Amino acid sequence: MNQDKAGRRVLSDLSVSLPKGGFSTLIGPSGAGKTSLLRLLNRLDDPASGTVCFMGRPIADAPVRALRREVGFVFQTPSMFPGTVAQNLLIVPTLGGQAAADPPSVGEALRQVELDTDFEHRIAAELSGGEKQRVALARALMTRPRILLLDEPTAALDPEVAEQLMLTLRRLREDSGLTIVMVTHRLSEARLASTYAVMLEAGRLVEAGPADRFFSTPATARTREFITAGRQGSEPA
Amino acid sequence: MTTPTIEIGWARLALASALIMVAIALSAWQRLGLAKSLAIGAIRALVQLTLIGYVLVWLFNTNRWYLVLGVLLLMVLTATLAATARSPGGRPARRRLRPICFVSILLGSSLTIAYVGAVVIDVTPWYNPRYLIPLFGMIVGNAMNGAALAAGRLQSEMASGRAQIEAYLALGASPQQASAEPARRATIAAMIPTINSLAVVGVVSLPGMMTGQILAGSAPTLAVRYQIVVVFMLAAATALTATGIVQWYRRSFFTSAAQLLPPIQL
Repeated sequence: MNQDKAGRRVLSDLSVSLPKGGFSTLIGPSGAGKTSLLRLLNRLDDPASGTVCFMGRPIADAPVRALRREVGFVFQTPSMFPGTVAQNLLIVPTLGGQAAADPPSVGEALRQVELDTDFEHRIAAELSGGEKQRVALARALMTRPRILLLDEPTAALDPEVAEQLMLTLRRLREDSGLTIVMVTHRLSEARLASTYAVMLEAGRLVEAGPADRFFSTPATARTREFITAGRQGSEPA
Repeated sequence: MTTPTIEIGWARLALASALIMVAIALSAWQRLGLAKSLAIGAIRALVQLTLIGYVLVWLFNTNRWYLVLGVLLLMVLTATLAATARSPGGRPARRRLRPICFVSILLGSSLTIAYVGAVVIDVTPWYNPRYLIPLFGMIVGNAMNGAALAAGRLQSEMASGRAQIEAYLALGASPQQASAEPARRATIAAMIPTINSLAVVGVVSLPGMMTGQILAGSAPTLAVRYQIVVVFMLAAATALTATGIVQWYRRSFFTSAAQLLPPIQL
């Protein structure tokens, strides 16, 4: 598929499959088109040309709001709704026109993201960056999605908090069987959590494959160069 | 109870121009650079008001319903152009906003004047220009301000609230749900001047219509009752227009697939 943004081509002739039940990371330098690709997966944007398929069916054929409840999205900067953490979570089942079938309880959603249940009474806007990101994650889980898209969820967090969040995400996938697709700048995170990795550059696919092989024996010189630069500490913080 | 009105002839009007000269002189003395704008504004006001005086005399004399309706429509059109002239987003945004603004002002103002004319004052004939034109002028003036405030505020709220709107959309919310808060804030912003004027009318301000009626010799108690009708109808017209604009305009920020359009495409 192809995608344009403000008159500029941001994805060119891209064709990629992401494994069901996997933890895929999208990596690449700034401007590679990682976020543009992620936004196509739950139709926050539509491609300029081409098709995105979910379980073999074009997502454009499904009602968009129902699709978004199956394909959750967590943004780089968590945007808290007014009120408490519980209110942030409980609003989700009311957004679907009719209540989503069997939404998780607030306590269950908070446990999934490894937040103490006492958090439900806290004012969401007053939480720390890491806590807000976990609440945003819990909120996305309130629709019981089958896929979770994460756009650099740790970009605004310090490395220690970021690593804890990565471990939470890894356990979440292992426990619930969620398919996760995450954009990240941090190669260390991609190595820690992912089972599948995709490298993009200038809107084109450079390489994609199982994470073990991708990071140990990359198939392309460009991926090798990017990973080596990351190991030497030049990866963006 | 009426008393004869003191006549203002052209000589007295010339004396009144000394007042605008004071403003021009002050501007020149303080080097505000407003002297030219004030002079042009004064001349425009003089010409426009004199012309409308003659137009009103002609309308009152001809007394034709289609001419009255034509003037009312022209008022709505002019108000639409004025309300959208300074809206941000450039020409494409203004082109999109204008029909929304026109229909909202037209509906808000027409519904209000229809109720006031037919039910409250019981104007006969229904198109009596002596009542319809001044009342509709006041309604459209307020609706225009409400429209400009509502549209401007909605644009800025939709721009500053993009992250939150997309967070709602990503959870499966409809554009209506996702833009509920910007829409609420824009409607409140449009209503605040009306609410403020309701609170101080008769205490801080003596409105133009009431003052005009008293100067023209009407009993103050009658002028007050007319003014009460006026403030109520202005509140209704502003609320109807602002609600119409906000509810309609906010749809134009989304695609049919519930995607938030980039600001440049607005």
